[in-house]
Amino acid sequence: MGIITEKLPHVCEHVPGGGVFLTSVDYFINWTRQSSVWPLTFGLACCAIEMMSAYAARFDFDRFGVIPRPTPRQADLLIISGTVTKKMAPVIVKLHQQMPLPRFVISMGACSNCGGPYYDSYSVVKGVDKILPVDIYIPGCPPRPEALMNAVLELHKKIGKMSLADRVNP
Amino acid sequence: MKTTDSNNVQNERVTPPFRSPVTPDEGELSENELWLNMGPQHPSTHGVLRVVLKMEGEIIREARPDVGYLHRGVEKLAENRTYSQFNILTDRNDYLASMLNNWAYCLSVEKLLGVRAPERAEYLRVIVGELNRIASHLVFIGTFGIDIGAFTPFLYAFGREREMVLDLFERLCGARLTYNYIRIGGVMADLPDGWGDQARSFIPHMRRCLKEYDDLLTYNPIFLDRTKGIGAIPKDKAVSYGLSGPNLRASGVSTDLRKDEPYGIYDRFQFKPAVGTTGDTWDRYFVRRLEIEESLNIVEQALNSLPEGDILAKGQRPTVRPPVGESYAQIEGARGWLGIYLVSDGTERPYRLHVRGPSFINLTILQEMLKGWKIADVVAILGSLDVVLGEVDR
Repeated sequence: MGIITEKLPHVCEHVPGGGVFLTSVDYFINWTRQSSVWPLTFGLACCAIEMMSAYAARFDFDRFGVIPRPTPRQADLLIISGTVTKKMAPVIVKLHQQMPLPRFVISMGACSNCGGPYYDSYSVVKGVDKILPVDIYIPGCPPRPEALMNAVLELHKKIGKMSLADRVNP
Repeated sequence: MKTTDSNNVQNERVTPPFRSPVTPDEGELSENELWLNMGPQHPSTHGVLRVVLKMEGEIIREARPDVGYLHRGVEKLAENRTYSQFNILTDRNDYLASMLNNWAYCLSVEKLLGVRAPERAEYLRVIVGELNRIASHLVFIGTFGIDIGAFTPFLYAFGREREMVLDLFERLCGARLTYNYIRIGGVMADLPDGWGDQARSFIPHMRRCLKEYDDLLTYNPIFLDRTKGIGAIPKDKAVSYGLSGPNLRASGVSTDLRKDEPYGIYDRFQFKPAVGTTGDTWDRYFVRRLEIEESLNIVEQALNSLPEGDILAKGQRPTVRPPVGESYAQIEGARGWLGIYLVSDGTERPYRLHVRGPSFINLTILQEMLKGWKIADVVAILGSLDVVLGEVDR
């Protein structure tokens, strides 16, 4: 981890008393967004335990700038960690709407990808993508903490390609 | 064009005109009261539990728990799965103690079939079951600490010791959380080389760590202030509400299915069920902390007397067709009496399956317990009951 300064698209101008960095707005904003992806403290089922493992001592998610926030107003990322039931679906949509833009969604585990082992249940939503736009899907039942970390790294790549020019007003 | 797929939520209203029975009504309030909604997204409800609280200032006058946010219809799904296929869904009921869920289910099916697991498999079941109980209680210690405001025990209990148990399970069956290790008529695989030594070296480590938890959390003055005398359940009330497991033992009732109705080979081990005195929040914590010690003793004895032999009953096939009949098997789960009731109609699928989830029954006392306590005690009381919403809602 760490910032790879060699690859930074910048110009360094030396001026008396220091220096000036010149870079693109897109690059700078994306770099700041990537380095502090704050997810919502929100667990649904078994995958939430693996998500907690990722935050805990061995896997230490803080290294990636991932710090859980208990309120959607401060969160950028919604990790759907578990089975989405029909009773829970409106709550998840409301939480997603309460998050400030830009917001990202990771669908963690088989249940939230497609229903998983509950694919024929009467009370389970067969995939969270039926109610929310999803950025990254993680397979597994439950996925390992390393898989969740990989998903966040993939999300970094996705954020790196964002541009202010593409911004659509909601 | 309207699709006919009823499961497609996109075509339904996202916010249905659904009115939960616990939804508060302004008319029920007196002058100084207000309704406060807690959950289903709340860091301290241990999942997706919603509690609606009637508050008078800081005092709780009424509490209405709302469950069902994780209802997955497991009991109905069982009717469409073969007996072996359903084993993987029991893993996901109480996902903190999957081995014990497998065990209860397999015991019930074995009762129907009249099969008994071989000696070595019984020992392996005891070893993995007790290790899973330890892992489950470590999650409790970690998350309960967070609820009260102590973050450090989470990093130790959850991030260090529990990972060691999960390492053992991972070597054994390849999974970290949902094992499907205990199968009908035995277990899935024998121990890999060196597993016994790894497990043996974990035991003294865990005993040392328990002393560390005592210094960090158990006798921490702030922790004692937040938990001592809070949310006490008297003995008679605990029994009348049907509590079981550590919650019941914390109130001073010494019942433990491993002692009272020994299933498997539990009658061969020396251990003492941990019993509390007053049944307050601290007692419920401390009983679980003592249980880790007892479980370590059982694992040690089982490892030392592990016999050689088969791990699966002779002639046991994955597809079983139990005779017509019904069976009920219960074990001492990590949260209480975990029972599985099965009705067979002679086919390869259960006719009816019912799970007696201890978390659900332990949760029923919540509305009685919260009355009169302050809002800050809600997380302490709820956390000490140690419910798993996967098992509550099923």
